[in-house]
Amino acid sequence: MTTHKPHPHDSAPLHVTGAARYTDDVPLPPGTLHLAFGTSPVAAGTLTTLDLNAVRAAPGVLDVLTAADLPHANDVSPSPVPEPLLATGTVHYIGQPLFLVVADSHLNARKAARLAQIEIAETEPVLSIEDALKAGTTLEPPLTFQHGDPAPAIASAPRQISGRIEIGGQEHFYLEGQSAFAIPGEGGEVTVHSSTQHPTEIQHKVAQALGLPYAQVHSQVRRMGGGFGGKESQGNALAIACALAAQKHQRPAKMRYDRDDDFIITGKRHDFRIDYTVGTDDQGRIRGIEFTQYCRCGWSNDLSLPVADRAMLHADNTYYFPHVKIESHRLRTNTQSATAFRGFGGPQGMVGIERVMDHIAHTLGQDPVEIRQKNLYGPAPRNVTPYHMTVEDNIAPALIDRLAQTADYTDRKSKIAAWNAQSPILKRGLALTPVKFGISFTLTHLNQAGALVHIYSDGSIHLNHGGTEMGQGLNTKVAQVAAQVFQRPLSAVKITATDTGKVPNTSATAASSGSDLNGMACKAACDTIRTRLVDFAAQHWQTDAAKIQFTPDGVQIGTETIAFKDLIAAAYMHRISLSATGFYATPKINWDRRAGRGRPFLYFAYGAAITEVTIDTLTGEYRIDRADILHDVGNSLNPALDIGQIEGGYVQGVGWLTTEELVWDAQGALKTHAPSTYKIPATSDRPRIFNVALWEGENAEATIYRSKAVGEPPLMLGISAHMALSDAVAQTGDGTAYPNLDAPATPERILRAVNAQQGQPW
Amino acid sequence: MGQIRFLLNNTPVTLTDPTPDATLLDWLRETKRLTGTKEGCNEGDCGACTVTVSALEDDTLTHRALNACILFLPQLHGKAIRTVEGVAAPDGTLHPVQEAMVTHHGSQCGFCTPGFVMSLYTAHRDGRQDFDDVLAGNLCRCTGYAPIIRAAKTSANAPTPDWEQDETDALRALESPEDIALEGAFLPANLDSLATWYAANPDATLVAGATDVGLWVTKALRSPRPLAFLHRLRDHQRIVTDDTGITIGGGVTLSRLRGLMTTLHPDFAELIRRYGSVQVRNAATIGGNIANGSPIGDGPPALIALGATLTLRHGPTRRTMPLEEFFLDYGHQDRAPGEFVESIHIPTQPDRLRCHKLSKRFDQDISAVCGCFNITVEEGQVTQARIAFGGMAGIPKRAKRVEGALIGNPWTLETIQATLPAFAEDFTPLSDMRASAQYRLKATQNMLLRTFHEDQGTPTRLVGKGAA
Repeated sequence: MTTHKPHPHDSAPLHVTGAARYTDDVPLPPGTLHLAFGTSPVAAGTLTTLDLNAVRAAPGVLDVLTAADLPHANDVSPSPVPEPLLATGTVHYIGQPLFLVVADSHLNARKAARLAQIEIAETEPVLSIEDALKAGTTLEPPLTFQHGDPAPAIASAPRQISGRIEIGGQEHFYLEGQSAFAIPGEGGEVTVHSSTQHPTEIQHKVAQALGLPYAQVHSQVRRMGGGFGGKESQGNALAIACALAAQKHQRPAKMRYDRDDDFIITGKRHDFRIDYTVGTDDQGRIRGIEFTQYCRCGWSNDLSLPVADRAMLHADNTYYFPHVKIESHRLRTNTQSATAFRGFGGPQGMVGIERVMDHIAHTLGQDPVEIRQKNLYGPAPRNVTPYHMTVEDNIAPALIDRLAQTADYTDRKSKIAAWNAQSPILKRGLALTPVKFGISFTLTHLNQAGALVHIYSDGSIHLNHGGTEMGQGLNTKVAQVAAQVFQRPLSAVKITATDTGKVPNTSATAASSGSDLNGMACKAACDTIRTRLVDFAAQHWQTDAAKIQFTPDGVQIGTETIAFKDLIAAAYMHRISLSATGFYATPKINWDRRAGRGRPFLYFAYGAAITEVTIDTLTGEYRIDRADILHDVGNSLNPALDIGQIEGGYVQGVGWLTTEELVWDAQGALKTHAPSTYKIPATSDRPRIFNVALWEGENAEATIYRSKAVGEPPLMLGISAHMALSDAVAQTGDGTAYPNLDAPATPERILRAVNAQQGQPW
Repeated sequence: MGQIRFLLNNTPVTLTDPTPDATLLDWLRETKRLTGTKEGCNEGDCGACTVTVSALEDDTLTHRALNACILFLPQLHGKAIRTVEGVAAPDGTLHPVQEAMVTHHGSQCGFCTPGFVMSLYTAHRDGRQDFDDVLAGNLCRCTGYAPIIRAAKTSANAPTPDWEQDETDALRALESPEDIALEGAFLPANLDSLATWYAANPDATLVAGATDVGLWVTKALRSPRPLAFLHRLRDHQRIVTDDTGITIGGGVTLSRLRGLMTTLHPDFAELIRRYGSVQVRNAATIGGNIANGSPIGDGPPALIALGATLTLRHGPTRRTMPLEEFFLDYGHQDRAPGEFVESIHIPTQPDRLRCHKLSKRFDQDISAVCGCFNITVEEGQVTQARIAFGGMAGIPKRAKRVEGALIGNPWTLETIQATLPAFAEDFTPLSDMRASAQYRLKATQNMLLRTFHEDQGTPTRLVGKGAA
């Protein structure tokens, strides 16, 4: 078996020796052009003067392009609503590209980009959710999902609770910044290499910018130094810019953002405000609930509508609502265009309902885990989501029970209470939160994938598929599938760069779909070749096809075993095609977003985490003492890679809700634009004790070897840290007030909440 | 015309008049095509560009992890540089830290990995196993760090590979006692040379560790000239102890200062543990930390609380002042053109220093507030108090009203409570992206409470010595 084994990442030996090549590492010929954007210093207004004389005169500058110089489409948008590569007069945010510098070096391009004389007739910028509500700036009218009739259900319930949580955004902070280069070819063709999760969209946007048919643009990516959603659409601008410069000057052109530019220009996770009103019975069981989600989308559509949809689709998490309404407001602001980020709105929706669970527990004075257990999805009729999909694969109740047991939840809860009673300054908190994450793109047609497999005449296998490698180990998993079909060692499968010339019309590697879609497509391609080989061998060796087996020792043909390479050599000599494409389209799914009805997801991935924290009630500082995680990846394709996703996702989720704070000033300038001011978790921030286990059980749906997607769901395990902090804060007062802790829970927010508990608000 | 000489992965390199503010990172990637060393932030915060720099310090071979993105080429003179490409054996056999990173799944996207490998490699050569600190300057966005720590622990006790070479002899061969003049830069060999040259070139920019000037170049895109590089001044890196106290050369790095303070003032050492990262502390000097006048530097509040004095030098002339008098106003220090920080003196005293550094993240984060308390209690009465803060004003500043409210009063919770309003008399802090003014003021008051509670034996700390 090659699948279900903890193979290391295929590139690991290259990573540790510095030999793994990223986009900026590829050697380019002398004479390569280097690009930089000049950006807007103002958040909103109209460009009245753009004097570029000093830019053009700067050392090493060959050319400067503005919107007026673009020959075809001036559009980087991944959505049907255009977004200009270079501003066309109206300025939408601080950091928006206004012009493109073409120079002989990266440094010269950066220096020149700062020399423009820019005059903008400023208008009042719309920056916050509050501003947007006041100004009425939206991307589309509010969307509502409803099941049942919540208003009367809430009104008639024995208990009513309402509240609000503000949830900050998050910078991706992929370690490799955005980068791309383009090489002009003959007859107007162009080849683009970029650090992107979506090479096909790069191909399309470049073709539109150059006025070419898609077939004349070739888009490739070998690997990214992290993506997390930040390279789903945000790389379009660089790739287009490179292609434009390369085409115009017939020289290779390269662009990468300095880290500060990357922060200031590109989009981030959406910040949300969520208002909730819930009615429960006296035991804390929900009768009816209403959510209003306010989503700050930034200046453009980008991917905001599906992000906001997914937030609505995860407002239930693992819980059943007899009557529910979820209303979503998509607000346009003069800030970076918020974009895809691991979880794609799901995490924000989930934070909303986990907050509600905690609030109910606090109000009723009950254990938060018991409240959660009472409200879980269950047998019919308690299995229908707010979007009218039936939950068929619910393992949350069993999974939560198991985790609470293995991590000693009840015992630790009482020990912590005893510890807190004798510790006046430091206080501990504990929380369990579950995850149920829907797997499939909600835009149904994206749920397709292709693969291309060649077997060369020496028996070596060349694998290509439409997914991109950003560190998640997708290539390793898909190669395991190919190795499994032919019973070859993993080393016999050569993984190659993602390439629109090999597999066309691919979807972004996003929505956790990478191994589900591409693994199946790869298997289909391999099965095609395998069938040809079996048919050939049956005929050639005059045996029954059923008596032909691929084994690790070779291919059994009747009573004989021959080496795989000998079978391949024989097949070649007999003119058998040893190359095949494979294709997969996810079954069963359908979705009407306007109606809020359908089956948007093939299945759900589940998990739960228990986090224990200690806070310092004098400063608001905190530590994560312990995390215990039980997560569902179905029948794991690769347990080592899956555990890596879970550990990393948890820590990234904790970072989002704790130290990662994005701060804009009153003019709309992002003040936290580098690691010196924006703090992702560091080594010592990981939980002191960190136990991660995989749930044992296969996917109920017929996915690739019954595995489940793992990219995004574990991020939401980090919500348990926020709830544990809230629990610790709640230990500091007399227990009457609910902490109402917003996110990110920086030390300042913790101290503020502690002092509010103590009756000394500030 | 001048030259610098160093070793790159054991191979001698001579550069004639290099661009004095070209960074090692750009030179490696663009000139040498050694692209294993990565640019993650270009400001010394992420560690993706970590390299090992070996040198003879007091004639002992030492290995330091440094950020190549804010390391200028002239700083390499006389040193041995090792990059991620120079760690495995010539036949490709992986170094134990590399091997462990593979087998423990310590890389995902792999972009930060070369930096982690170099930090772990440096620690392996030094026998360091305090991995949370060793790796505080290396950010990873994929793994959550757990597998990297597993790899670090596994490889920690692996024997030194037989292909690893000792650079001592090669480094000796690079030593030279003369000043070096490059186009646009001066590399003096001793303090007297620097003093003379700087007095004649008062517009020059002095570069000690380049953790600040580096950002002027990589972020502000400035090209300051001329530059004087201070790393060769052994007489600027001395630590001298006598009856009156300890005199610390301005060129002493934060790493060395931390070692010195471990026994003298352990809480200062703990503060320095959280100052930047290993890579930053290996470069940054205490002289630079003072001279740049930053209101949020962590060195000055502790030194002011300790009653340190500062000696400035101009040509042959020296003058000495209490450190707090050096900081006049935001961005303005009592330093004449051509004058530089020669040394700092900390008077001998019993250790009473308590330091509290507040930031969003514990490690490698600039303080929102840094408060240092040096309070003497005799027979239950506060007899002396020196309390200084960073992040509360435009300069590092003493809390004189707070000190006054404590001195002469009993060391009790009642006194502390009565003293708290004095903070608002001493300080009117700002709100910025690190913290609000309210938080700064509240947390500062609470630091005094924490100092008191800690003195009473109540656990108050989450990190460092005595952490709960």
